[in-house]
Amino acid sequence: MKDTKIEIAGVTFKNPVMTASGTFGSGMEYAEFVDLNCLGAVVTKGVANVPWEGNPTPRVQETYGGMLNAIGLQNPGIDVFIERDIPFLKQFDTKIIVNVCGRSVSDYVEVVEKLSDQPIDMMEINVSCPNVKHGGIAFGQNPDALFEITKEVKKKAKQPIIMKLSPNVTDITEMAKAAEAAGSDALSLINTITGMKIDIYKRAFALANKTGGLSGPAIKPVAVRMVYQVANAVKIPIIGMGGIASAEDALEFMMAGATGVAVGAMNFVNPYTTREVVKGMEDFMEAQKIEKITDIIGCVK
Amino acid sequence: MSKKKEQAVVYSQQNIATGIYDMWIQTSLAKDAKPGQFISVYPQDKSTLLPRPISICEIDKENSRLRIVYRVAGKGTAEFSGYQKADKIDVLGTLGNGFPLEKAEGKRVFLIGGGIGIPPMLETAKQLAGKTKETNVILGYRNSELFLKEDFEKYANLFIATEDGSVGTKGNVLTAISEKGLEADIIFACGPMPMLRALKQYAAEKQIPAYISLEERMACGVGACLGCVVKTREVDHHSHVKNARICTDGPVYLADDVEI
Ligand SMILES: Cc1cc2nc3c(=O)[nH]c(=O)nc-3n(C[C@H](O)[C@H](O)[C@H](O)COP(=O)(O)OP(=O)(O)OC[C@H]3O[C@@H](n4cnc5c(N)ncnc54)[C@H](O)[C@@H]3O)c2cc1C
Ligand SMILES: Cc1cc2nc3c(=O)[nH]c(=O)nc-3n(C[C@H](O)[C@H](O)[C@H](O)COP(=O)(O)O)c2cc1C
Ligand code: FES
Repeated sequence: MKDTKIEIAGVTFKNPVMTASGTFGSGMEYAEFVDLNCLGAVVTKGVANVPWEGNPTPRVQETYGGMLNAIGLQNPGIDVFIERDIPFLKQFDTKIIVNVCGRSVSDYVEVVEKLSDQPIDMMEINVSCPNVKHGGIAFGQNPDALFEITKEVKKKAKQPIIMKLSPNVTDITEMAKAAEAAGSDALSLINTITGMKIDIYKRAFALANKTGGLSGPAIKPVAVRMVYQVANAVKIPIIGMGGIASAEDALEFMMAGATGVAVGAMNFVNPYTTREVVKGMEDFMEAQKIEKITDIIGCVK
Repeated sequence: MSKKKEQAVVYSQQNIATGIYDMWIQTSLAKDAKPGQFISVYPQDKSTLLPRPISICEIDKENSRLRIVYRVAGKGTAEFSGYQKADKIDVLGTLGNGFPLEKAEGKRVFLIGGGIGIPPMLETAKQLAGKTKETNVILGYRNSELFLKEDFEKYANLFIATEDGSVGTKGNVLTAISEKGLEADIIFACGPMPMLRALKQYAAEKQIPAYISLEERMACGVGACLGCVVKTREVDHHSHVKNARICTDGPVYLADDVEI
């Protein structure tokens, strides 16, 4: 039996395969397709201190080899989440990573404080959502703001934290270093790349929000490049994502320096993707005589 | 009633009107399918990743087949229209809630379809046959290309409205209803948004329930991405905001419950 275990900030995952926030709900919807017990972790949809309505529709549009979304972080608020979603996920033998969003530092901190006493394994702080007008990405595009919010969150969180980085910056390593310096235990990247689509027949924006976040296979090379750059700039572990559709894709991220990997938009295309990535990774290890999956992390220099 | 994605097989395909195709597929999804539900159909071309939601037009449980009738609207449906018998087709289903047939039993019912909203009304008419006090099907077409007309005639009284006036009442389904003096205790409908809005208002005036099937851009089709929401009058039980997911809580809603 090959060893697929990985460790991030003292938390051991049975394998590196996770779900990307916002593409898997809290696992309930996809539990009909995938046995959640076989995943390294479920990363949940962003949750705020109070319920958010999100953006008007259309919220999603297809693009060549990918999709744009501008959901606007619709969520039921942390109180409902704690009552409903965490107990659901606790039934499974998988790690729970809760993604947190907010409009101000105090919003984030309120959620983090409430989560601190919950039986979850880690928190992922989304400072990189391009689809909300206030907060969100503002923290993810300025290293000083990122440093500040990371410090505040770190003060209150009893679990290790993961800062989720935006690709919509000139130099992502600068952001990664700021988060590391402020005490972030790990990083995840990339969030979606801001994009736009125009309906030429209606002469209008295809998304009600005008812009949206691009994800899916179309962004994979950008994501792999950024994971590589960040892995060479910081010491903390990385969860890599962006267009992962297969074990081969996931292995690229790991060889570029990611310890964990997450499947996002491809869940929509093939609801069995996560399971297939786990299986494909094991097959690859078998075929290539790799004893421990950790042996390949960052092996491409 | 679990959902799954599987490779179905095309059993037959016909072009039944300009740009409109009629396909029967062999699939295990037929077993649990209900009228008003839909399936997600996936193009093979990997530049078009997202599933295409298509309503179930007819169900043949005995032979494990589903019928879909669709209009070529873009790349995905253009690809489907080229499929032939025995070709493989990736589908996910069955999705959505479907029409609440039990609410129509013993009542006078309108089944209303407009344009490419006509197909899901067929299985609805079939399953309601003999169970209502009276079923009037009112279909709105653009012109004299009356796809599925003969199928509906088997199950109910049929009234037709055409935009160009070439057949039946000139105008829309509501013009036909008033011209023929039709009345109902409950409405089931699918069609373009202006028609659904008009029906919502009509039902409110008549103080009868109208169940309408809605459309929105979808990504997951299973309730996970929150892409396909409709504004609701009350706070939704799942989202805890005034938004419900059309792919899971719908596509059929009581018109009074949604802001359209
Ligand atoms: C619940 C539901 C049931 C439907 N039932 C039928 C049916 O029975 N027959 C039929 O002809 N059409 C139906 N539609 C509309 C059908 O989904 C679209 O026409 C189809 O997705 C267009 O795909 P395309 O690749 O040809 O077009 P493109 O324009 O290339 O599609 C691009 C993207 O936009 C999406 N899209 C485009 N138009 C629509 C639309 N009107 N609604 C939702 N998504 C859209 C596509 O799924 C795809 O992701 C239904 C839609 C919904 C939501
Ligand atoms: C519909 C949708 C919703 C998303 N919601 C969130 C979210 O709530 N929080 C977050 O940090 N990232 C969110 N993301 C970003 C993904 O987690 C991921 O970073 C990104 O989509 C890239 O991965 P992918 O190409 O595999 O989808 C969302 C992405 C999509 C497509
Ligand atoms: S399409 Fe994803 S929630 Fe409906």
